Amino acid sequence: MSPDLIKLIFGRLSIESLPLHEPIVVGTFVVVALGGITLLGGLTYFRVWGYLWREWFTTVDHKRIGIMYMILGIVMLLRGFADALMMRGQQMLAFNGSEGYLNAHHYDQVFTAHGVIMIFFVAMPLVTGLMNYVVPLQIGARDVSFPFLNNFSFWMTVGGAVLVMASLFIGEFARTGWLAYPPLSNIGYSPDVGVDYYIWALQVAGVGTTLSGINLICTIVKLRAPGMTMMRMPVFTWTSLCTNVLIVASFPVLTVVLALLSLDRYVGTNFFTNDFGGSPMMYVNLIWIWGHPEVYILVLPAFGIFSEVTSTFSGKRLFGYTSMVYATVVITILSYLVWLHHFFTMGSGASVNSFFGITTMIISIPTGAKMFNWLFTMYRGRIRFELPMMWTIAFMLTFVIGGMTGVLLAVPPADFVLHNSLFLIAHFHNVIIGGVVFGAFAGITYWFPKAFGFKLDPFWGKMSFWFWVTGFYLAFMPLYVLGLMGVTRRLRVFDDPSLQIWFVIAAIGAGLVFLGILSMLMQFAVSFLKREQLKDVTGDPWDARTLEWATSSPPPAYNFAFTPVVHDNDAWWDMKKRGYQRPLTGFKPIHMPSNTGTGIILAGFATAMGFGLIWYIWWLAAASFIAMLAVGIGHTFNYHRDFNIPADEVVRTEDARTQLLAGAKS
Amino acid sequence: MSRLKILALLPLAVALSGCNYIVLAPAGDIAAQQRDLVIISTVLMLLIVVPVMALTVLFAWRYRQSNKVARYEPDWDHSTKLELVIWSAPLLIIVCLGALTWMGTHLLDPYRTLGRINAERGVDQAKAPLEVDVVALDWKWLFIYPDYGVATVNELAAPVDRPINFRITASSVMNSFYIPALAGQIYAMPGMETKLHAVVNHAGTYKGFSANYSGAGFSGMHFAFHGLDDKGFDAWIAGAKSAGGSLGRAEYLQLEKPSQNEPVRRYGNIDSDLYRLILNMCVETGKMCQSEMMAIDAKGGLGHEGLNNTLPLAYDKYVRRGTALGGEPTFVSGTCTPDAPQGQTTASIKAPADATPLLGAGLKRPSFTPLKSSSFFLGQRPKSDS
Repeated sequence: MSPDLIKLIFGRLSIESLPLHEPIVVGTFVVVALGGITLLGGLTYFRVWGYLWREWFTTVDHKRIGIMYMILGIVMLLRGFADALMMRGQQMLAFNGSEGYLNAHHYDQVFTAHGVIMIFFVAMPLVTGLMNYVVPLQIGARDVSFPFLNNFSFWMTVGGAVLVMASLFIGEFARTGWLAYPPLSNIGYSPDVGVDYYIWALQVAGVGTTLSGINLICTIVKLRAPGMTMMRMPVFTWTSLCTNVLIVASFPVLTVVLALLSLDRYVGTNFFTNDFGGSPMMYVNLIWIWGHPEVYILVLPAFGIFSEVTSTFSGKRLFGYTSMVYATVVITILSYLVWLHHFFTMGSGASVNSFFGITTMIISIPTGAKMFNWLFTMYRGRIRFELPMMWTIAFMLTFVIGGMTGVLLAVPPADFVLHNSLFLIAHFHNVIIGGVVFGAFAGITYWFPKAFGFKLDPFWGKMSFWFWVTGFYLAFMPLYVLGLMGVTRRLRVFDDPSLQIWFVIAAIGAGLVFLGILSMLMQFAVSFLKREQLKDVTGDPWDARTLEWATSSPPPAYNFAFTPVVHDNDAWWDMKKRGYQRPLTGFKPIHMPSNTGTGIILAGFATAMGFGLIWYIWWLAAASFIAMLAVGIGHTFNYHRDFNIPADEVVRTEDARTQLLAGAKS
Repeated sequence: MSRLKILALLPLAVALSGCNYIVLAPAGDIAAQQRDLVIISTVLMLLIVVPVMALTVLFAWRYRQSNKVARYEPDWDHSTKLELVIWSAPLLIIVCLGALTWMGTHLLDPYRTLGRINAERGVDQAKAPLEVDVVALDWKWLFIYPDYGVATVNELAAPVDRPINFRITASSVMNSFYIPALAGQIYAMPGMETKLHAVVNHAGTYKGFSANYSGAGFSGMHFAFHGLDDKGFDAWIAGAKSAGGSLGRAEYLQLEKPSQNEPVRRYGNIDSDLYRLILNMCVETGKMCQSEMMAIDAKGGLGHEGLNNTLPLAYDKYVRRGTALGGEPTFVSGTCTPDAPQGQTTASIKAPADATPLLGAGLKRPSFTPLKSSSFFLGQRPKSDS
C-alpha cells in the first residue's frame, strides 16, 4: 500500500506507536491481557453477557448506575494506585547516581496519569456513584429526573476512562503534569499523542459529568417527597445539590479551556502559545477556575456522608443542621473566589495575592464550623464504633491537619517557599485522602447493606482501615518534612543522599496503603461468601435516620411502593418514633422508564471519535460523529420508553418483604 | 486514636529539631521572614486545631456506647451560644491571620525593593544592588550579570549582604526560579518578566533549582548558588571574565536548544542586549520583538498591510509547529521602527527607607480613638448637622 493510503487509514498510528521498547508496559499489557481474556472467557462461559447487557449496561435504574460508577472508581483506583507505587519506588531508588528504573519518558507519564486518573476516574466516579445511588432514595424519589441521561452520563465517563487506559498500550499519555499547562502542553513542546489523549479523555468524560450534574440538580429540586422542604433535606442531599451546582457551573469552563487548547494544537490558533499574543497564563487562570471548585465538588459530598454517619452512629440528631447547610452554601460560593491561590508565584501584585489568600482562609471558617458540628453531634451521644464511624473519626483527626497546612499555603509569602514542593503534595493528599477517600469508604461501608442486603465483613474492613490510616501517615508525613527541606515535586532523580530515608519511609507507607486496598477487595470477597451470616432483612441495619432506610435492602426497582410523606429532617427516625406501619394493601401499578442501549452506543461512538481525533484518523472521527448524530436522532423515535410494573407484581414484592420482616422479628 | 495524633505531630517535632531544613533555617533575610510567617501562622492555627483534635478524641472516648454513665441526649441539636462560639473562634483566628497575610504579602512582595539587609541593618542606599538577569532554558539556567558583562550557566554567585535584583524570564516553557536558602520562588515564563529582590546574609553554597516541572530534563535543572564575601565575589567575576567564552545571539540560539544535566559554563564576553531580546522573543534576526509589536499595536497597529508582514516560522523555539489542520506557520517580521521602551508594566515597587514599613512610606501613624461601646452596640450615631 502507498504511504499516503496508510496515513489516510491509520493517521499517526503505526507499529512504532506501541510501546514495545518499554518492558514494564509490555509486562503490564501481558498481565492485563491475560486477566481480560480470563474475565471475558468466564463471562462467555457462564453465559452472562445477555444478563449484563439487559440488566446492567442498558439499565436506567439509578441504583444500578450508582453501583457501576463505584465499580469503575474501584477498578481505576487500582490503576491509579499502581502509578503511585511506581512513583514511590522510583523516588526511593533514584539516589547516589542511580537513575532508578523509570526513564523520564515513562516517569513523566506516570505522575501525569496518576493525577488525572485519581481525580477524574477514581474520586469523581466514587462521589458520583454514591450521589446517584443515595440521593433519590434519600428524597423518596422513584429515580432521577432523567433516567436515560443518567445511563448516558455513566457511559461517557467510562469512555473517558477507556481512552486513558488505551494510552497505556497504544501510544503514550501526556508528560505535562495533571493540569497540562501550556506552553509545555502545546503542540510546539508536546507534539505527540499524549496531550491529545488527555484532552479527549477529559472532554468525553466531562460531558458525562456535566449532564449528570444537571440531572441530579433537577432530581433534588423537583422530585422530593411531599413535606420535604429544602430545610428538611438530609445533609448529604444538600451537599450533593451544592456539588452538582458546582459541577454545572465549573465543568463548562474546563470544556472550553480544553477546546481552546485543542484549537491551538489542531488548527494552529494562538490562545496559549508564546508567540502571536498567546497567553499561557490565561490557560492557568481558566483551568483553576474549574480546578478549585473541583476540589469542593469532591469533598462536599464527603462532608455530607460524614454528617449522615456521625448522627446515625451517635444515635443523635445532627447538631446545628441549619448552620451546616449555610456552611455548605457558603463554601460553594467561596470556592469560586480563590482560584488564584494556585499560582501566587506567577507574579501577581501583592494586593491581588493578599485578596485571594484571605478569601481562601475565609473558607476555613465554614469548614471549621462543620468540624465543630460533627464534634457536638458526638457530644452526649451513644457512639457505636462501626466501620463508617471509624472512618469518620480518622477523617476528623486527619482532615484538620490537611486544613491547617492548606491555610498555611494560603499565606502568599509562605506559599513562595512551599509552592510546588512535596509539602504541597502532602497537603492535598492529606485533604483528598483524609477527606474524599475516607468519606467514600465511610459511604461504601455505610450504604453497602442498603445496596446488597448484607453488611460488609467487619474484620477485613478493620484491617483495611488500619492499613490505610497508618499507611497514609507513613506515606505523607515524610513528604511534609521533605517539603520543609526544600524538595520539589515531580523530580525523577536526586543527588542529596540524606533525603533517601524519607522516601523509603514514604514507600513503606504506600506499601501499607496497598495492603489496605487488598484488604478492601478481600472484604468484598469474604462478605459475598458470608452473605447469609451478614444478611440484613430489616432494610435498616444501622438504626439510621433518613428515608433510604425506610425501604427494603436492596430496594425494589421502584424504590418506594408509596411515596413517603416527610414531617422532619430525620424523616425515617421520625417515622419510626411515631410507630409507622408499612402499608400492606392498596398497591397500584407503578410507571417506570424502560432500559435502553442508546447510552452505551452513543458513548462508544464518542470514544471512537476521540480515538480518531487523537491519532488523526479523520475518517474514523467523522464517521463516529455522524453515527452519534444518527443514533441520537434515531433515539427520539424510540416510543418504547416506559412501562408499568403491574399492581400484582408490586403486591408480590411487598408481600415477600412482609414475610421477611416477620421472619426477622420472630 | 491517640496513636494517630502522635504520628501527626511527629513531623513537627522532627522538623523543629533537625538542621538541614533549609526552608526553616535559610541564609537570606527574605527567606527568613517567610519562614517566620510559616511558623507564626502554624502556631496561630494550632490554637484551634489542637483543641479540635483533643475534643474529637475525648468525645469519641467519653460518649462510646459502652459508657452508660455518660449523658445521652438524642434530641439535643441546637445551642445558640455554642453556634456563636464555633463560628467566631475560627473567625477570630482568620481575622488575625488575614491581617498578618495582608502585611506579610505586601512586605515580602518579590517585586518590592529591599528595605533592609537583615533584622538589624537597613539598606545602604549609596551602594548599588547587584543586577542579575535569569533565563530558564531547556533544561538549564542562564545567569547574566549586565553590570559586569559576564554570564554563567548553572552557577550563580552573589556577595553577602548586598541586595540582589533578579529579572527573570524563560525561553520556551514555564519554570520556577527557587533558591530555598535565599528567598521564595517565582515563575520564569517565556515572553514575560518576573522579578525577585533578595539578599544573602551568610556565606556558603546553596542549592537552586526549577520548582515547576518543565519536561524531560527537569530533574537535572539545578545549580549552585554561592554566597561570597566581596573579595570572593570579585574573584568569581574575574574568573568568569577570564573564562573567555562569548555569548551573542548566535551562541545563545545554540545554547537554548534542549540539553540535560549541563555542566557549569562561563562567558566573559556577552551581547549586552541579549536579555532584552530573549524577553521579547526576538533573538532570531528578522523577527519582530514583542515590545515593538506592542508599541505598534498601541498606536493602532499596521492595518491590513500588517497581514503581509510575516515570515515562515520555526515555531516558538526549537520545534517546528506541526498542527494537523492549520496553514503554513509564520511569524511577524521586524520592521524598521525604533524599538519602543517597555513601558510602565515592569516598574519597581520601592520599599520605604523608613524602618517602620507597616505604615508605608511617608504616612503618618493614624490616631486611634476607640468607639464608645454604647454607641457601637446600641447603634446611636453621632449627631449630624442637619
